[in-house]
Amino acid sequence: MAIVFQFAIGLIFGLGLLISGMSDPAKVLNFLDLAGIRWGTWDPSLAFVMAGAIAVTFVGFNRVLRQPRPLFGEKFHLPTKQDLDIRIISGPAIFGLGWGLAGFCPGPAFTALGFGSPAAVIFIAAMMAGMLLARWLANRPSLSRIATPVDQA
Amino acid sequence: MVNVATAFTPIASLVGGALIGLSAVMLMSLTGRIAGVSGIAVRLLPPYADSEFGGRLAFVAGLIMAPVVVLVVTGRLPAQTIQANAAILTLAGFLVGFGSVWGNGCTSGHGVCGLSRLSMRSLVATVTFMAAGIVTVFIARHPG
Repeated sequence: MAIVFQFAIGLIFGLGLLISGMSDPAKVLNFLDLAGIRWGTWDPSLAFVMAGAIAVTFVGFNRVLRQPRPLFGEKFHLPTKQDLDIRIISGPAIFGLGWGLAGFCPGPAFTALGFGSPAAVIFIAAMMAGMLLARWLANRPSLSRIATPVDQA
Repeated sequence: MVNVATAFTPIASLVGGALIGLSAVMLMSLTGRIAGVSGIAVRLLPPYADSEFGGRLAFVAGLIMAPVVVLVVTGRLPAQTIQANAAILTLAGFLVGFGSVWGNGCTSGHGVCGLSRLSMRSLVATVTFMAAGIVTVFIARHPG
């Protein structure tokens, strides 16, 4: 039963990406191109995506997390790490570099698969390889002494 | 590379964003999990630390099926312009995958769920990936 709901939840997420325009790399890149403000080509739409998403999530999380437990789970799994280590800067810096190169972040890349786009297949394959490498590196004993393994973060 | 102009769509973007938020709230309410796409994606790859593979696969299948649903309902696909070639896509995909797992989250996990939880780590991550994306696009589009 939970699996049917999770499919529907992913579908709603994907529809949100499509309706908002976040699924279009051209729109993402025009948002990130601040020099476009001068040329009249800047597209501020993605700020509205973030605003709409955060407004609903902020209010919704506040209500949901007051419940004793989720409907189909033992407990709420919330990140517990609070410290600002080097990985919370270096990871997003590398991620942002890739995001700015192609205009895809992970969610829109998956919806692009549904467009039947060969470009999305290439991107997703490379993305999964990058994820595997990062997890393998993060879980090495020498590193997990100074940084939390991915699956526990 | 010629830039493709896109229209400013405040209402559609706000509504679409709200749907993303609704999805995140529903996932938390039902499974107790953060709707972070990079975290969900990396946990589809072995070895597995828990037994929630099926739910994660269903979530990703929903993401992939969304354009198909739009096509069936409206008769056409939404706009999508991918300008990057295969080499750039490979490099970009690898960096996005590596960076999002190394930094414990991406646009959804940090940018939406983390900021909504007022997490300082997610604020630092979001400011950093926004800045890195802005600098990358600036260098790519306005060299010299």
